[in-house]
Amino acid sequence: MNFGRFFRSTAGIALTAAFLIALPFVAAMGGQAWVRILDFAILYVFLALGLNIVVGLAGLLDLGYIAFYAVGAYAWALLASPHFGLHWPIWAILPIGAALACLAGVVLGSPTLKLRGDYLAIVTLGFGEIVRIFLNNLNSPINVTNGPQGITLIDPVSFGAFKFSGTTQIFGFALSGPQKYYFLLVALAILVIIINVRLQNSRIGRAWQAIREDEIAAKAIGINTRNLKLLAFAMGASFGGVAGGIFSAMQGFVSPESFSLIESIMILAMVVLGGMGHIPGVILGAVLLTVLPEVLRYGVGPLQMAVFGKMLVDPESLRMLVFGLALVLVMRFKPAGLWPSPERKRELQETGK
Amino acid sequence: MDIFLQQIINGLVQGSIYALVALGYTMVYGIMGLINFAHGEVVMIGTLVTITVAGSLIKAGMPVAVAGLAGLMAAVLVCMALGWALERVAYRPLRNAPRLTPLITAIGMSIVLQNLAMMIWGRNYMTFPSLLPKMDFEFAGANFTLIQIIIVLVSAATMGGLLLLVYRTKLGMAMRATAQNPAVASLMGVNINRVIAAAFVIGSALGAVAGVMVGTYYEIAHYQMGFMLGLKAFTAAVLGGIGNLAGAMLGGILLGIIEALGAGYIGDLTGGFLGSHYQDIFAFVVLIVVLMFKPSGLFGEKTGDRA
Amino acid sequence: MQAKLTVVALSVAAAFALSACGQKEEPKPVAAPVPAAKPELVVKLGHVAPMTGPQAHLGKDNENGAVLAIEELNAKGMEIGGAKVKFELVAEDDAADPKQGAIVAQKLVDAKVNGVIGHLNSGTTIPASKLYADAGIPQISGSATNPKYTQQGFATAFRVMANDVQQGKSLGEFAVKQGVKTVAIVDDRTAYGQGLADEFRKAAEASGIKVVASEYTTDKATDFKAILTKIKSTKAELVFFGGMDAQGGPMAKQMKELGIKAKFLGGDGVCTPEFMKLGGPATEGQFCSLPGMPLEKLAKGPEFKDKFTKKFNAEIQLYAPYVYDAVMVMADAMKRADSVESAKFLPAVGKTKYDGVTAMIEFDAQGDLKGGAISIYKYTGGKLEYVETLGGGTMDAVKAEIKADVKEAVADVKDAAKAVAGAATAVGKEAVGDVKDAAKAATEAGKDAVKAGAEAVKSAADATKAAVEKK
Repeated sequence: MNFGRFFRSTAGIALTAAFLIALPFVAAMGGQAWVRILDFAILYVFLALGLNIVVGLAGLLDLGYIAFYAVGAYAWALLASPHFGLHWPIWAILPIGAALACLAGVVLGSPTLKLRGDYLAIVTLGFGEIVRIFLNNLNSPINVTNGPQGITLIDPVSFGAFKFSGTTQIFGFALSGPQKYYFLLVALAILVIIINVRLQNSRIGRAWQAIREDEIAAKAIGINTRNLKLLAFAMGASFGGVAGGIFSAMQGFVSPESFSLIESIMILAMVVLGGMGHIPGVILGAVLLTVLPEVLRYGVGPLQMAVFGKMLVDPESLRMLVFGLALVLVMRFKPAGLWPSPERKRELQETGK
Repeated sequence: MDIFLQQIINGLVQGSIYALVALGYTMVYGIMGLINFAHGEVVMIGTLVTITVAGSLIKAGMPVAVAGLAGLMAAVLVCMALGWALERVAYRPLRNAPRLTPLITAIGMSIVLQNLAMMIWGRNYMTFPSLLPKMDFEFAGANFTLIQIIIVLVSAATMGGLLLLVYRTKLGMAMRATAQNPAVASLMGVNINRVIAAAFVIGSALGAVAGVMVGTYYEIAHYQMGFMLGLKAFTAAVLGGIGNLAGAMLGGILLGIIEALGAGYIGDLTGGFLGSHYQDIFAFVVLIVVLMFKPSGLFGEKTGDRA
Repeated sequence: MQAKLTVVALSVAAAFALSACGQKEEPKPVAAPVPAAKPELVVKLGHVAPMTGPQAHLGKDNENGAVLAIEELNAKGMEIGGAKVKFELVAEDDAADPKQGAIVAQKLVDAKVNGVIGHLNSGTTIPASKLYADAGIPQISGSATNPKYTQQGFATAFRVMANDVQQGKSLGEFAVKQGVKTVAIVDDRTAYGQGLADEFRKAAEASGIKVVASEYTTDKATDFKAILTKIKSTKAELVFFGGMDAQGGPMAKQMKELGIKAKFLGGDGVCTPEFMKLGGPATEGQFCSLPGMPLEKLAKGPEFKDKFTKKFNAEIQLYAPYVYDAVMVMADAMKRADSVESAKFLPAVGKTKYDGVTAMIEFDAQGDLKGGAISIYKYTGGKLEYVETLGGGTMDAVKAEIKADVKEAVADVKDAAKAVAGAATAVGKEAVGDVKDAAKAATEAGKDAVKAGAEAVKSAADATKAAVEKK
C-alpha cells in the first residue's frame, strides 16, 4: 500500500486533480450548502496541517492554536471592512495576517521553549484564552476589535474586479461563491501540503523529528533546539493566520466566540486522530471530524425519530460524546492515529510488543 | 481599607476552593506525572450527585442536615468509583506510552464526562439545595457568611489529613516511594498499581468534597462548571509547586487572592486602561510567569526535568 | 498491489463518469414537466433556529410559532395572483453556531425559499443575513436583537422585536424615573450583554446619572464577589447587569451577602423564572425588562396563548409570538404585492403596517421595528409583576428626526442631480448649434455647470452619510 508513490505518479496526480476539480460540482448537485461544508473541511485540513508542523513534526503539544487563526481572521477583518474604513487588497492583507500570526507564534514560543509536554500544553492553552479575552475586550478605551459585537461586512476575497462572492461565468461554467472559495482553498491546501512534505524530508524536518523523539540527544548532536522550536511555532502560526484570513473573508463576520478553546482541541484532535506527523493521516482526520457532525445531524437525528419516535440524544451532544470517546479509544488502541506514517507504526509496534 | 479586607476574604474563600481541587491534581501528578484533565469534571459530578441525592431526600421530608450528609457521602462514593474507573480504564493501559498520549486521553475523558453529565442532568443551570443555615457576620466593615468560614476550615483540615496520610501511614510511604521511582518501589514490594489507584481514589474523594463546597457556596451547578475550575486549580498547583501538598494549598489561596485583588484594583492601577474584564487572564499570566522563572513552583523542591 | 490500485482508480473514474452524467442529465427533467396551469402556488418559507445544543428549547419554541402561523395561513386559504397559495416550512437547524448558520443559510438559498424567518441568535443571524441579501431573499427575525443585524444596510433584513439599543435606552429612562443618581454597570462581555450595557450607559449618562463603576464578568462565571466589593465601595444606588440569568441570579445573591443595598436592574436575559430560582430571596423587589408588551396586556395575546398551548401542549418559552408575527408579516407583504417572488414583495415588507399579536408592526428605514416598546417588570413573591411600558413614543421621535434628516439630504441629492441633468441637456442643445466657438464656450460653461452640479451632489451625499452615521 504505497500511497506515497501512487500520489507522486503521473496517473495518481491526474486522478487526484480530476477528483479535486470534480468534487465541488458533484457536491453542488446536493446543493451549494454541501460545497460550503467542503470549504470548511478544507479550511480545517489547512489548519490541521499547520498544527501538524508544531505537534506532529516538532512534537510540541499546542492547545492554543486557534489563537493564531484568530489573529489572522482579525487582521483580515480590520484591514478589509468598514470598521476602520480600510479595504486593502488580498496580496497585502494575507501576508500581513500571516506575519502577525507568525509574530504571535514567536511571542508564545519564546517564553515556553524550556517547557515540554504537558506543561507546554497548559501554557499554550492559557495563551489561546488570553488572545480570545483580549479580542473580546479591546473595544475600550480605544475601539480596536469592536469587542464581543464582532466585525461585520468584511470584504470577500477578490483579485481586482474578480470577486469570490456571488456567481460568475467562466468559460461557460457558472461558478458559485462557495465553489470559487473551494478552488482557492484547495490551491492553498496543496501549497501547505507541498511545504509540509518538503519540510518533513528536509534537514529542518529531520531536526524537528530528532527534537520530538529526544530533545537532549538532539541538542547533544548540535541541533539548535531553540531556533528550531521557534521556527516550528512560527511556521505553524503563519498557516493558522492565512486560514483565519480566508475564514474571515468567507464568513463576512467575525466575533471572538468563533475562537474558543474547544476549536483548538478540535484541530488538535484532527491531527492526533488522523496520525500525528503523517500528512495523509492528518487530512483524513480533518475531513472525518468536519463531516462527522453533518452525518450525525442528518443521519442519527432522523434515525432516532424513525426508530424511537423522538429525539433521545441530541446529535450535538452525541457529536461531542463520540468525539471524546474517539480520542480516548484511539489513544488506547491506535496511539499513532488512524492512518499513521509507516515508520511511526513500526516504531510503536516494536516498543509495544 | 474595608474594601481591601473584604477582597482578601473573597480571595481566601475562592482560593480555598482552588486549593481543595488542586490537591487532587497534585496528588496524581506527584505520583505519576500526569495532568488529570478530567479532575475538574470529577468535581462537577460530585456537585451534581449531591444535588440529586440531597435534593430528593429533602423533598422526601428528611431533615436538611441528614440529607446534606447523605448527599456528601453519595458524592464521595460516586467520585471515588469514578476516579478508580478512570485510572483503570483510561490511564493504566497508557502508563508506558509517550507523555502526550495520556494527556490527550485526559482531554477526551473530560469531554466524555461533560457530555455524559449533560445527558443525565440536562443543560440547564441547577440550584443547589441550601444545606447550611444562612448566617452573616460583619467584621471591620467586611461581610462574610458561615459557609465561607466552613470552606476555609474544611480545606485546611483536608490538607492536614492528607499530610498525615502521606507522611504517617504505610500507604503514604508507598506513595512517596512510587513518586520517587516506581521501578525501585515495586522492587521493594510496593504494589504500584494499588498505590496509583489509591491516589486517584483519594484525589477524587477530595474532588467530591470540593464539589459539595462549591455547590453550597454558590448554590448553582452546571455540567460545564468543572473545566475552568479545574484549570485554575491546576494553575494553583503549579504555582505552589506541583506534587507538593502544602504548596497546592498555599498556591490555591495565593491565586484566589491575586484574582480578587487583581479584579478589584487593576482598574485603578492602570488608570482605567485595563479593567475586571481581564480577571480570567491573571491565572494564566501567573502560570506562564511561574513556569518561565521557577518551574518547580514557589514552594516546590528543585526537580530536574519535570517541566 | 499495482493491479489493486488500478481497480481502485478505475472505479473512482467510473464514479466520476457516472456522476458527471448525472449532472448533465439532471436539469432536463426539471425543465420539462412544467404544467401549464398551476392549481396551487407553493410558497417556501425558511425557518432557522438552533434545534440542537444548549438553546434547542428556544429553537423549538420559535419553530412552533412558525408552524402555528403557517397552519393558520393554509387553513384560511390565501390567494395571490389568482392562484391559491400553500405555505411550506423549510426548517433548518443552525445549532447557534455562526459557521453552521452560514451553511444552512446557503441551504435555504439553494432551496430557493421565498422568504426566511429567523435566525434566533444574533451571532448566526448576522453572517447569514449577507447570504440572504446577496440572493435577494427577505429575512425577518423574531428574536435577533443585536443592532448590527439591521445596521449592515441590507435591504432584506427586518426584525419584529425591539433591538438592544431600544431596550438599553428604555432601561436608562426607567433608572431616571426611579430617581437614581449613581449607578454601577456590569456586563458579561457577550455581544448581547455588552451591547445592552453600552446603550444603558449612554441613556443614563445623557439624563445626568453618574456611572460610578464599570465592571465586567463572563458568561461562565459564578463568583462576582471581587467586582461587587468594588461596587460596594462606590456606594452606587443601582447595579445594572447586562447578561443572562445564570449569572444574574447568583450576582443578586452575592450582593446581598456582601451587604450591598443597591437595587438590581437587568434586561430580558435576567427576566426569567430561572433568575428567581437561582437568585433566591435576593431577587425580591428587583427589576428587569422585556421587549414588547406582556401577552396578557395585548389585545390578541391571550387568544394566541390559548391556541399555542392547545396545539403544542407546551408553554410559550420566549419568542414564539414574535416568530408567529414574522410569518404573518411576510404573508401580508406577499398579499399586498400580489406576488410571492422575493424581488417583488420585498418592497412591500418595508411598507408593512400589520396589526400583529405582539405589536402594531411597522419598519423603519433600516428594517427595525418602529417604536419598539419595552416593558419593565418587578420580581415579587416569586413572580414577574408587570410595572410599566416604556420606550415606544420617544424612540419614534428620535427616529423621525433622523428620518427627516435623511429625507432632506435625499431631496438635496435629487435637486443637485436635476441641476446636473439640466446643465447636461443645455450642453447638448448648445452643441447642436452651428457656431463652433459658441459651442466650445458653451461646453466650457456646461463643464463648469456639471462640475458645480457634481459638487452639489457630493455635498448632498456627504450630508446623507452624516445623517446616516448619526443614526
